[in-house]
Parts: sequence; structure tokens; C-alpha cells
Amino acid sequence: MNAPTGTAKGGVGAGMRHDSAAGHVSGKAIYLDDMPLPPGSLHAALVLSPHAHARVVSIDGTAALAMPGVRAVVTPADIPGKNDIAPILKDEPALAEIAEYVGHPVAAVVAESFAAARAAVSAVKIEWEVLPAILTIEAALEAGTTVARDQVMQRGDARAELDRAPRRLKGEVRCGGQDHFYLEGQVAVAIPGEGADMQVFSSTQHPTEVQHGVAHVLGLPFAQVTVDVRRMGGAFGGKESQATIIAAIAAIAARKTGRPVKLRLPRDDDMVATGKRHPFLIRYDAGFDADGHILALDILFAANAGNVADLTGPVITRALCHADNCYYIPAVDFRGVACKTNTVSNTAFRGFGGPQGMIAIEAVMDDIARHLNIPLDELRARNWYGGEGRDVTPYGMKVTDNIIERVTSELAVEVDLAGWRKVVDSFNAAGGVIRKGLATMPIKFGISFNLPTLNQAGALVHVYTDGSVHLNHGGTEMGQGLYIKVAQVVAEVFQIDLEMVRITATSTGKVPNTSATAASSGSDLNGMAALNAAETIKARMTAVAAGHFGVEDAEIAFANNRVFAGNRSISFPELAEMSWAARVSLSSTGYYRTPDIHWDFKTSTGRPFYYFTYGAAAAEVAIDTLTGETRVLRAEILQDAGRSLNPAIDLGQIEGAFVQGMGWVTAEELWWDKDGRLRTHGPSTYKIPGSRDVPPIFNTRLLEDAPNPAATVFRSKAIGEPPFMLALSVWLAIRDALAGFGPAGATVLLDAPATPEKILAAIDAMKAKAG
Amino acid sequence: MAAITFLLNGERQSVEAAPATTTVLDWLRLDAGLTGTKEGCAEGDCGACTVALGREEAGRFVWRAANGCLLTLGQVDGLALKTVEGLARADGSLHPVQQAMVETDGTQCGFCSPGFVMSMFAFAEGGEPAEDDLIHETLAGNLCRCTGYRPIVDACRRVAGATDPEDMTADLLPELVPATSHLAKGQLFLAPRTAEDLAMAVADNPDAWLLAGGTDIGLEFSKKGAVPKVVISLARVAELREIHASPLGLEFGAAVTYSELLPHLDVIAPAFGDLVRRIGSRQIRNLGTIGGNIVTASPIGDTTPCLMALGAEVKLVSTEGRRTLPIGDFITGYRKTALKPGEVVQSIFIPAPKPDAQFAAYKISRRFDQDISAVVAAFLLRRNGDSVTTFRAAFGGVGPVTIRAASLEAMVSGRAWNASAVKAGRTALADDISPIDDFRATAGYRRKIAGNLLERFFLETTGAGAVRLEAL
Repeated sequence: MNAPTGTAKGGVGAGMRHDSAAGHVSGKAIYLDDMPLPPGSLHAALVLSPHAHARVVSIDGTAALAMPGVRAVVTPADIPGKNDIAPILKDEPALAEIAEYVGHPVAAVVAESFAAARAAVSAVKIEWEVLPAILTIEAALEAGTTVARDQVMQRGDARAELDRAPRRLKGEVRCGGQDHFYLEGQVAVAIPGEGADMQVFSSTQHPTEVQHGVAHVLGLPFAQVTVDVRRMGGAFGGKESQATIIAAIAAIAARKTGRPVKLRLPRDDDMVATGKRHPFLIRYDAGFDADGHILALDILFAANAGNVADLTGPVITRALCHADNCYYIPAVDFRGVACKTNTVSNTAFRGFGGPQGMIAIEAVMDDIARHLNIPLDELRARNWYGGEGRDVTPYGMKVTDNIIERVTSELAVEVDLAGWRKVVDSFNAAGGVIRKGLATMPIKFGISFNLPTLNQAGALVHVYTDGSVHLNHGGTEMGQGLYIKVAQVVAEVFQIDLEMVRITATSTGKVPNTSATAASSGSDLNGMAALNAAETIKARMTAVAAGHFGVEDAEIAFANNRVFAGNRSISFPELAEMSWAARVSLSSTGYYRTPDIHWDFKTSTGRPFYYFTYGAAAAEVAIDTLTGETRVLRAEILQDAGRSLNPAIDLGQIEGAFVQGMGWVTAEELWWDKDGRLRTHGPSTYKIPGSRDVPPIFNTRLLEDAPNPAATVFRSKAIGEPPFMLALSVWLAIRDALAGFGPAGATVLLDAPATPEKILAAIDAMKAKAG
Repeated sequence: MAAITFLLNGERQSVEAAPATTTVLDWLRLDAGLTGTKEGCAEGDCGACTVALGREEAGRFVWRAANGCLLTLGQVDGLALKTVEGLARADGSLHPVQQAMVETDGTQCGFCSPGFVMSMFAFAEGGEPAEDDLIHETLAGNLCRCTGYRPIVDACRRVAGATDPEDMTADLLPELVPATSHLAKGQLFLAPRTAEDLAMAVADNPDAWLLAGGTDIGLEFSKKGAVPKVVISLARVAELREIHASPLGLEFGAAVTYSELLPHLDVIAPAFGDLVRRIGSRQIRNLGTIGGNIVTASPIGDTTPCLMALGAEVKLVSTEGRRTLPIGDFITGYRKTALKPGEVVQSIFIPAPKPDAQFAAYKISRRFDQDISAVVAAFLLRRNGDSVTTFRAAFGGVGPVTIRAASLEAMVSGRAWNASAVKAGRTALADDISPIDDFRATAGYRRKIAGNLLERFFLETTGAGAVRLEAL
């Protein structure tokens, strides 16, 4: 073959399909609950607290043990190690001795079948000492109960600037929690091995944390616990820390019985026992001038942490870091309070505080815009980051990659926003029962874990002598397409067809000490680690090829499944075989740590993010003024993905995040009764969007010619979380429709989720203002 | 005592050891080792467990999507079952619906995908056109949390009419002989063939559970693991399966499914048909029955307000004989009916509305599709000139039982149908209803929209142009 021609198939930038797509649609993709179990395996079911706060006085498993097939009742007394699985603070037992929410696991029944285990749960007799419970953010604020220290982010003297500001507005907005509603519920299988070893299969975004949690409860060194995960049936943050307790209880049960144990949560148990997005109560005090320039902003973020810290601290940090969104605010006083309540501990969920931070600032912007009678988009433009002295965030990070003006103006032109606005206005001018609203939403989302330590990753690559490649890394596959993206990176490095790269299950035994696949960072971190591993092997192979052809290393080129030295070439597999024969290692680890980032937790300052991702959306809604029902009629999105590793996968992430965000701001409502019982604990009562809820006109574009200025893997950008917040356009469009019922200058009171009931009440409130 | 026999992906299966109330999902995953069908919620709401049920309806073989988590073995006796494992062609290549889902990037985590594929399979086999309404109707019973549905909707659009000419299921089906009884693990399952046999079976087994579509009591099996001692299936009782449409009205047996009934409802009361399309999902409507809906006497049952407004009657049968009750007398309290021990619902009769009658039904819920109502309202109006001669107003979700709003009806009847009548009616309505706060809505909201729906009916019947969201 002559000089390089053609290209290998499926490298970086190709819209390759999800690697498991055919497996998904044929039912052949194996999820944990589908995995054949070893003979003698047992099944566990959880015994959950019926009280929001109560001490377990005694547990009597006698009656349960007498039931058919029941082999054990597992209690805290069965834990050989420490009864703690908390990710950060040491405050979270695997099995509670003091239940702190309705649904808190206090024991488990282990039986020969899932049905037998479940049937025996109610036979476990527990004596309770019921304790007083705090169930709401307000009650926690009043009682001063928290799970972590308050966080403060300040710039300038906000108090003084507020007093000095020509105009001032105070307001309050609430946003609800959100159940992840991953279709595959939490599940783990623990299999006792030789000695005290424990092999765990877990549906987790964070195999290392599961490994640590299991090791803690069993009293083992980490090296004796191995955690594997091939794929999850969805996660969205809900399997970042929440998977640990499931795996830990399975492992305790496996240790006690000496047999493999599977613990799979039925949907109701999953929804009451595991954490969700944090509801926030937000109170603001804004100072601005008559032209709408924000001068000072004070915001209280009171997060409902639930019963323990879990990830509440970092969620609040990210909320504070996104309460500026795209706007320069000279004087800032943001405070985050981690309210402790007797409800399930809230946790990571796509956006991780970002949505709560952004809903706050967008409520502020919307209120000021209405108050001053300035169009919201105009008000935003007056406050964009940019220009000397106006490009530093409240936490001290300079915004150097700002493209929000480009993104919003390109979208406005593309969709003829001005013309669209006229159509909506004229529809409303005609009156009638149905009213419409239109709003846009710009986003700037920081990429990297706030805690610098977490921004590292490892990979393991083997090239076999037939040229096929085995790829492994610390990232997990939850449907987001991480595996295929990283495989494309490796195929790109070697210039081989993607089908030559075999993607393998994530395992703590292959790549250790990993971070969670979270914070949108999966491909940034693991892609780079895999790239480094592949580059190491490629350099060794290059030397072999150079020796073979008698040329310098620099003259060797990998292209289209071959390796070239000028006009001469050999195939990639031939070079692999040749390298092995020359006793050159064809295996390498790869490692990556994000450069240039730092964060001071004491002062809430630093450069926590390697870069920002930008995006914009416009949405039109219609509301039924007789019932408060809504429909999203149209949504238009322009999202920055840098130089996309895989446009097809990125498109799916954007659309999916947007619709999930729509659910958060419209129909998804978690409802607790006065005793702290979650009454919306299944899809019959908790309504995530269905296909008809998707806007009938729904167009998504990736920003073109936008390579990441930061040196990320092939200049791509993270995509998982940012588009979630684009759905705030829907919430703002509803507010826009509601504004029409009030007098000019009236702000709109509307919380999230904007359920039909809340919308109808808001219409009444606006009409009352109109008099 | 006979085995339960059915065709599973074209192969004859005979089940002897499992109780008839074993869910198809559990049987597939635990006994048959077919794990492509997933459990997402076990309450018939997520669709991850969707399978296709092949059966004869009105003399024609059809594939219907159904929730494997609610469907029991007893219900598939004598029928065909297709799971995601049975879709691929003989050469191993993907079925067109599977191929479409792959090509549109319709899968991300993939856990919901087998269920979507099966819903689309039934859609494709049904030969339905690629209209958005039908596509959403097809997909309403399947939840996806990853994709945002756009690619899945595209895939469904592509596969319209993609029937499989090689499928032999319809030819094999008549060879199966469904059991009239099945005994396993101490559970007796009876499938009588006539109303007389049914009445006798019920008389002989007063504690038996009656199983029609199983979309309500199926939860007892799937979520609570109940194994009742005696179960009597209504599905093969001839009289309960009949549909008679005449100029006088529509009579249908208590075991007729929503899906079977829909074409007839669309004729006699299209607004009722539209409302029924919002009950559950296709998976639910392919199993569930109006008979079952009224017997549960739920305060939020969607069909009873419509039946009340239309003046429907319920025919009951027992070994003592038959009797007929107006639907309003059939519902006697919160989850209570006028059924006496040993008595079952045989059929329901809906009199044809007079040509000049205006009928409308409204359902208010958080999500348009597959949600349980906060409030349901149904109105029937006849006028002589300007004067109201007949006015029936029925509501669900506004008290412990579904009701006829007597004060409202009395206030409006005989008056001119105008804004002041509606205003007076609205005031009167407040005395008819006693809603509660719960997780679906507050009492205040329910009160308010009950009145607003009356207003909407007024606007719609007077041509004032009250557009509905779904019409946009």
C-alpha cells in the first residue's frame, strides 16, 4: 500500500451509535438483575422505618425466620466492621439504629427468593421509640439544624451596596426536589470469595466508593473488595453515592450467610429509601440601577439536605458557583445552609446544585426585568460578563472563554426570536382561554469537580498481537455514551477502526482509586487518561516500526489501520505482532489530572473549573387559564459541545437533559404528608415527562466551529449536565405567560415545579395585582 | 385440571406448576430465563415490561401491547405471547422496529428499550398510520428517562405498517385449548365459559377473586405477592365478551377491554372515547375493562362520571337471576357497590344520546397521558330553544364517590343556558362536592376547576371558542 489514504472508521468526531444499541433493543444487553447468579444465591429485601425519626429499641426476626425460604434477618449487630458508608462525613450508617426518615433501612431479610424475602419483611417485629421530627426547610431553619457548615461566597460589601442601590427588590422562590427515576432501580450482588474477599457487582456510578463502603462495613482492606459494573439502566447522579448502601447491605448479608446475595430495590422502596435532588428555598435581595444593571445581590440558599450530609456540601458549593450564571455582579453575598430534616438524604442529580443556583439568578433577572419593564433578554445582555473588570466571577475566577453573546445571538437569529415574540404577543392579544409565553435561557456551566482532588482518572489499554485493543477506564456507562466516546479516542490515536477496540466493564481491580462518573466529567477525564495510555503504547510501537523501516520515529505515521513510513507500510496487527516479537510491552496504564485548578473551601474562592460550557434555549408554552395545565409547544436549543467527540451522542444528551429539566420545572412533584411519608413513590403518582410532553417542535443544534480553548481531549467539551438548565426556559416562559394577567411592572410569583395547581393560583395572584 | 398453554415467541409452552396469578414478567425472568423484559415499576406505569399479546378480537388476529408486570399466566392461557427475544428475524437480524430504534439513536441506557420496541411492534403490526397522535398513544405507556423521546418518536414514525408476513402465530393459535381450570400451589383458577357457569362458580366460591383485565388487582400480585386461593377469570365468559351496538345504544360485556370498546365509543359518544384514550396507556387499555373500573368504585374512576352523564345502566347476574341498575345506584359509597354476594356485573348499557344532546368529558391531571385524575367531569346538555331540558353533570375526584351534581343540575335545568345560569350553577355545585387535599391536588384546586370545567362546557357548547391545549 502506498502513502496514507482513507481513514479508519469511528474515530473522534464521528456520530457513532451507542456501542450497546443493538443489545438494548434486542434485550441482550445484560443489566445486573439479568445476570445469572451462582448456585445457592440468596435475595434480600429491606426493612424500612415507618417513622420519620425513631430509635430502634429492639428487632425480633423470629417470625420472619419461620417463614418459608427465609435464611437470615440482618441487623446492625451483623456488621463486622464499621456501620458507616458516608461519602464525606462519617454520619451515614448502612443499617440505622436511629431511623431518621420514613424509609430508612434498619434491617434486611434474606431468603431463597426475592418473593420470599419481600413477604417476610412485615414479619420482622421492631419496637420503636418515636422521636420528634423536623420535616421542612422552614422548620430546620427555625431549629437551626444542619448537616454541614454554612457556606458563604462574598465579594465587596453587598450590604452597603444594596443600601446604596437606586432600586431594590426582594423576593423568594422555591424549587422542588426530583426523583432520578432511572428505569433500572438500585441493585447489587455480593459474592463471597476466598478468605474474606468480596466480589461486588453494583449498579453504581462510583465503583471506588462502593468498594470503600463495602470494605468499611466488612472491616476489610480495600484490596479484598472488587467492584464491577458493566452498565447501569440510568443513574443521573442517583447512583453516585446512593449505590453504596445497597451494595454494603448485600455484602453484610453475604458475609452473614456465606452465600451470594442480591439486593434489588422494588420501585417504591427505591423511591422512599434513596436520595433525590435537593429542594431549595431561595430568598434574595437585589440592588440595581434604573437601567437594570445589577449592583449587589444577596441570596440565601436553604437546601433540604435530608437526614445526613451525603453530598449536600458540594451541591451547595455548585449552587453558589452558578448563582451568577452569565452575569457580572459587582457585590455579592451568597449564603448556603444545609438544613437537616427527617426526610431522605438528598444527593447528586444532574446539575448538582447548578439548576438551583441558576433558578435563583433567573428569578432575580425575571423579577427585575418585569419590575423595570425591560425585556428579560435585554436586561441579561446589560449584565453579561465581559470587558475589563467585568470578567471575574464572585468566587474570583476569570471568565476567559466567554461565548454567551455569540451563542444567544446565533440562536436568536436562527429562530427569528423577534418574529416569534410578535406571533406569541398577537396570540395573547386576541384573548381567550389559552395564553402563551415565550422565554429564553442562557447558561454558563463550570466544568470540573469543585474539589480539585477528584479531577483525576486512570485507564488501562492492551493491544493484542492480532491488533485488537482492550480498553478499560475508571468511568462508568449509565447510557450517556461514555464508553463509545472513550473508545473513539483510542481508535483515533491508533488510527484503527472502532470495531477493533473492545470496551470492557469498569472494575476497581483494573483501574483503582477512581472518581465518580459525575460532574459531566466522564469523557474529559477518562478520555484523556485513555488517550495517554494509548499514546504510550503508540510511542513504543512507533519505535518498533521505525526500526523495521529503518527511519526516524518522526517519519512513522498511523493511518487507516496501517502504519506508514513514506510509501511503505504494514498493517496495525502486523506491527502489534512485530512489537510483541521484539519484546515490547503492548499494555499501558494512562493517567490524567486536570491542570490549573484550585479551590479554597474556607473562602469559597479559586479557579474550580477548567473551563465553562455555554448554551441557550428558547421555549414557547401555552397555558390553559381554566385549569392551569400547560404544554410546551416549541423548544429551540443551541448548545456548545466544543469540538464534539460524538455529535450523535451529544445530541442525545442535550435532548434528554432538556426534557428531564422540563419535568423538574413542570410536572415532577414530590409530595410528603404531615408524617413525613413520601406519597409519590412510583410512576403512578410521580409523573416524569412522557413522549407527548416533548415539544412538538423541538430543534437542537451543536454550536459549530467552537473548539474548546482549554486543552481538553481533542478540544471537546462536557455535555452531560449543562443542557438540563436550558429547561429553565420553559419555567420562564410560563412566568412570561402569567405576567400578561398582571399590571405592567408586576413580578410573577411562581415556584418550581409549576404544576397546574400552582399556575392557576399564580393567575389569580396576578389578576389580584391587576385589581 | 389442565395446564396453562400459550405460544411463547411461536413455541408452545405448557405451565403446570405455577399459580395462574404468577405475573408474566416474573415467569419470563425467573422461570423461562428470558431477561430481556425488564421490571421498572411493577405497577403498570413505566412500560419496561411491555410484551405483545396475540389473540383474536372480533374474528381477527391482533397483537396488543400489555404490561408483563400486571398480566398473569391465567390471562395468557390459549393466547400468544411475544417478547423482545422473539422479534429478531430467523437469520438473526434485527426486526424493523429494533433497527429503527438503533438508527435513530433511540437508546441510551437501554433499560426501557425492550418495552418501547414491543409497543412499536404492536403499532407496526396493527397497520396504523404514522400520525403523531397515534404515535404518542402508542408510546404513552412507556417511560424513558434518558433520550427525551424525540428519537424514539422518530423510530415509531418509521415503522408504521411494518408487519411481518412470516409470522405464523395466527395460524398456530387455534390449536391451543385454554383450560377451564388450573390448580397449582394450592391456588384454584377457574375460567368459566358462560354467565351461568360464572354465577355458579361465584356462588360456590364466595371468597374467590374475580379477574377481568387485572390492571387493578394485578398490583396485588405484582407488588404485594398475593396468592389468592381461588381466582375466577371473566375473560372467557361469552356473555361478558359481547358487544351490541344498536340505534338504542351500546351494550357491552363487563370483560370487554377498553381497546375493543373504543371504536364503538367513538361512534356513540366521541368525547367518551377521547377520555378513555387517556385512561392508563394502551398496555392498560388492552387488558382493562369498564366493568372493572366501575366495580372498584374508586372516587377517581374515570369512566363512571361519563356513564352517569350518559345515563348508563348496569346489568347484574347471579344464580338468583338478573337485575338492572342505573349506574348512579350501582355506586353506593367509597369503593362500595350494590353488588350482592354472588353477584357479578354482566354488561353495561349506554343509551344513545339524542341527536341534539351535547356531551363532553374532561380529565384534569398533572400529565396528559397515563395519569390518574385530580378531577374528571362529564356533562350532557339538551336544550329546547334556549331553555335547558336535560342537564346531567357528573364528577370524579371531588369527594369519596363519583357523583351526579344534584344541586348544580337542579339549578341549571329549566333555565336559559347562559352565563348567569353557569354562575348560579357554579355556586350550587359547591354544595355537591366535598373534595380533599392529597398528593394529586388540594381541595381548593379541585373545587375551583370543577367550576371552571362547567364554564368550559358552557363556552364549548355556545361556540365561544374555548380552545383546548391538546388542539394546539
